[in-house]
Amino acid sequence: MISHIDVSSVLRRSVCDLYSNLVTRPTGAAVRIGIEHHLDEIGDNALAVLDFSHVGLLDFSCADEIVAKLLMQYVSVDIPRREVYFVFYGMSESHLDAIEAVLERHSLALVTQLAGCDAQLIGTVDGDQRAAWEMICELGSACPADLANATGMPADKAARTLETLWRRRLVIRQESGYFPVRGATSGLNPGGLLADDRDTSGGTGVEAS
Amino acid sequence: MTTIIIVPPSLDDQSFEQIFDQLALIPPDEKVLVDARRTRWASPFGLTALLTVAQTRLERPALAIPENEDTASYWGRASFFRHAESLYDISGRVPRSRQASESSVLLEVTPVVHTQDVHTVVENIQQRARAILQEKLHLQSKVTMRFTMALSEICQNVIEHAGTGGWVAVQAYKWQQRLGGRSVVVIAVCDAGMGFRKSLESAHGSERDDRWGDRMALEETMMRGVSRFRDPGRGQGLAGVKRFIGNWQGKFSVRSGTARIAIVPEWDQDEVMREGLAPFPGAQVQITIPERMPDA
Repeated sequence: MISHIDVSSVLRRSVCDLYSNLVTRPTGAAVRIGIEHHLDEIGDNALAVLDFSHVGLLDFSCADEIVAKLLMQYVSVDIPRREVYFVFYGMSESHLDAIEAVLERHSLALVTQLAGCDAQLIGTVDGDQRAAWEMICELGSACPADLANATGMPADKAARTLETLWRRRLVIRQESGYFPVRGATSGLNPGGLLADDRDTSGGTGVEAS
Repeated sequence: MTTIIIVPPSLDDQSFEQIFDQLALIPPDEKVLVDARRTRWASPFGLTALLTVAQTRLERPALAIPENEDTASYWGRASFFRHAESLYDISGRVPRSRQASESSVLLEVTPVVHTQDVHTVVENIQQRARAILQEKLHLQSKVTMRFTMALSEICQNVIEHAGTGGWVAVQAYKWQQRLGGRSVVVIAVCDAGMGFRKSLESAHGSERDDRWGDRMALEETMMRGVSRFRDPGRGQGLAGVKRFIGNWQGKFSVRSGTARIAIVPEWDQDEVMREGLAPFPGAQVQITIPERMPDA
């Protein structure tokens, strides 16, 4: 299932309907809790497109509260909260400034994508992970053997790298292989997650696509 | 007994040290008269710090406002009197207040007490600053956003660390003598709260080595991103501000307690660190962003 979450709508509903800027930690915490509430409603295997298109300013404190603290719940190596993947959509250059700083601070990474553009990986990613992720995007999907063949990486290393990318929620793991995390705007089905789409919006700024 | 504090004719972050020096000699419960009659000019730092001075006094102070009408008028447009009237017994003719739309001030003196005040500051500066920052300072829109991010982070520091409210003001200038006539925008954020040293001590304890003091507290916070919060995500705000200031050849100074630290660009001659200043509560921050030259 893919769920589209308009972050500015969550801001207006959670904090104040006059605000268009994501600034201050309390605001960030309120918005994150609003997003988490929606994620709790959309099931255990989902892809959330967090849409920042209508957000004016995002400062470092708010980026830490929303982006870093949200991701950390789902990329835990031990017990991730649930299998939820994220695409950060509609990011401006100034949004990326704040987000890249907090990703670096927490050694996190995420996928960002604009309409009609290829998905991009930003944050802390080593060379093998980046090469594997880019190859998965090029291939559309891959199992470890496919990745090993395409990159020349030893098979066991390819398997470990894909598993790491999955744990970091940067690729989607399905029975048929690993799929890139990217939004529906690319026109690609990210690993069958569209299978049980349903509308959970109810006018709350969240919609399934 | 009332002690008279003389305000220098030109009041900025450097000359304000004269006021801190005078105040350090007077017990906080003694009445003071802050005499600004001869003052002809004040920066955002001067105006916001004057308000914090009143907040440190146990006996309500008096203020003699500038005799020069243009000066008093500017202080009025900057909303200084609106806030000073609740803190000082004012003598002198306060100019009539004008609508904000008549003001040439980028951001009038604004209190920063609650989280929503930061939203107000950011919304106001976005509405009012775009034309000035982009047309006068030739800042690209993405830089305007980073400037506003810096403002937001500094204001949040007051709410999270000062333990009391503070004040913010922003003004754009054309520096006729300095920087070859380039324009600058100056942000000042001042509070009379606990200051950097006490803020860190509140979490990490005061039992430190002999070097511990205001200077080291400023160095730990500004240079090493230490925060009183143990959350690893903390400390990024000031780090982000510092990065932006460095990239844009700006100047960033923080005075807290008895020390002052500054990130000094090539165009300025200020000292990076000063110690042994007259003690004053809270933190007083100033950021100066210069106009980018066309070939820069």
